[in-house]
Amino acid sequence: MSPATAQSGTRQSDADAVVVDALVKRFGPIVALDGMSFSVRAGELFGFIGPDGGGKTTLFRILTTLLVPGSGTARVLGQDVVKDLWRLRQRIGYMPGRFSLYPDLSIEENLRFFASVFGTTVEREYSQIAPIYSQIEAFKDRRAAALSGGMKQKLALCCALVHRPEILFLDEPTTGVDAVSRREFWDLLDRLKATGLTIVVSTPYMDEATRCDRVALVQRGRLLALDTPRAITQSFDRPLLGIRANDRYRALLAIRDYPQTHTIYPFGDVLHFTDKRQRAAPEQIARDVTAFLESRGFHDIRAGAIPATIEDSFMASMGAPEDNQQAPFRSTGAA
Amino acid sequence: MTGELAIQTKDLTRVFGAFTAVDHITFDVRVGEVFGFLGANGAGKTTALRMLIGLLAPTSGSARVAGHDVVTESEAIKHDIGYMSQRFSLYEDLTVRENIQLYGGIYGLSNRQIRDRTERLLARLGFESAANDFVRALPLGWRQKLAFSVALLHQPRIVFLDEPTSGVDPITRRQFWELIYEAAAAGTTVLITTHYMDEAEYCDRISIMVAGKIGALGTPSDLKHQFGTESIDEVFVTLARPDAAGGAGGSPP
Repeated sequence: MSPATAQSGTRQSDADAVVVDALVKRFGPIVALDGMSFSVRAGELFGFIGPDGGGKTTLFRILTTLLVPGSGTARVLGQDVVKDLWRLRQRIGYMPGRFSLYPDLSIEENLRFFASVFGTTVEREYSQIAPIYSQIEAFKDRRAAALSGGMKQKLALCCALVHRPEILFLDEPTTGVDAVSRREFWDLLDRLKATGLTIVVSTPYMDEATRCDRVALVQRGRLLALDTPRAITQSFDRPLLGIRANDRYRALLAIRDYPQTHTIYPFGDVLHFTDKRQRAAPEQIARDVTAFLESRGFHDIRAGAIPATIEDSFMASMGAPEDNQQAPFRSTGAA
Repeated sequence: MTGELAIQTKDLTRVFGAFTAVDHITFDVRVGEVFGFLGANGAGKTTALRMLIGLLAPTSGSARVAGHDVVTESEAIKHDIGYMSQRFSLYEDLTVRENIQLYGGIYGLSNRQIRDRTERLLARLGFESAANDFVRALPLGWRQKLAFSVALLHQPRIVFLDEPTSGVDPITRRQFWELIYEAAAAGTTVLITTHYMDEAEYCDRISIMVAGKIGALGTPSDLKHQFGTESIDEVFVTLARPDAAGGAGGSPP
């Protein structure tokens, strides 16, 4: 991704729900946030996509006034996260990554507690939480500790919504959740977005990017890209080929030896390949790599151009994986 | 071993009070196979896994793992299997080298074996420079590769991997799978759970648990063919939410 693409997210306007400028946070030698700048528009469903250790949770804790930035500024709903924290806390909803409700309280008791903290009642706010609460209300006397993962998640969402926040921060709500329940959770977010709520969500699952209006790809405290999912995948800067052959794993190893290989990665039942000849026609690239595989004794080879996914774009822009770094973490002194 | 089978279950069942978590499951895993053990949250995967690794007694039915009965020979199973999960794998307050030595000791390796295997493991992962770093200082991807290698330190016949790649960056996730393939090529049987549906495609065979039962079992391409879908993701949706799948087609076997 070009730096210009990433910069396009930093334009500010009155309609911005979140404006972050040059945000830095260090923990000892570890740089959790390395100068992040971006803005989220009001009413947007905005995703932070990236692996663990990228700084997503640190960022969310700063935006929800639970952590003070090292340097740089962050404004949420027009208010500074440090100076205006008490006013801001009334206006934001936060669902942390780790289940943070009271296990010894029932569903109903948890909800009443969170409502009372914000000076309201479940009855008064019922219409706000009804679409989600109705799915777990039949179990309202059950202790939170005894709930299934999906029910805990819905309760946590109700507790984050009960004071009618104007913006909702969800830190990895779908981590460790099965593929079907993840889809259902995103359907729920679509319904919340339709009410005008601004939603900022993080996830390590790249396939969830397409459910967001815009996404920021995050790694090691930096934004690799920020745009609509479509624009990010369209900016993939060379032809991408899907390759199938009779023995996928051996074909992967063979293609590593192919002199024209730029990248080769397994994606489910197909291999994703890019060629060093960035400007070559996909048909030419496909013919050449097919001929190479045939020369190595493979058969049933199919190779053709395919559209890039967010995961392709992520890998292309992350450069070296963490393994190829000199040190596990960049320290403050290193470039 | 029982012929060519690493895992063999027959009507394996576990009941908790009025709830049947695992309901008469019968399946085999062959030696050297990479077997994907999938299912929605709450479908019974974890309960089944705990029975297979000898940590939970079945209510009824039977299972043999690495040739040992899970009820009468559960201690023997522990010597012949490796286990790693995302949540618990290594001690963060010990260094890389100390973790390897600790696990080598727990599994009863001699000092000489521990020394040799430590050096080999560090070289193979390219971790020599990090040998004396605390595990907590390692990036998640390093930790998970190390945890996998440590789970193989005593050369188990079967390794159980419970969501090993959760939250790992996409390139490291793929490198992790290459370690799995290497282990399988060397004859180690691998049973793995994952929520990444693309990873299901990397398995030789997969099973999908639904409400305590095995809803589908086969090679990824067989299952896609059987359910008339393009991806395992769609097979999963069809099985886990039969009402929601609509016209996705296919019926459970």
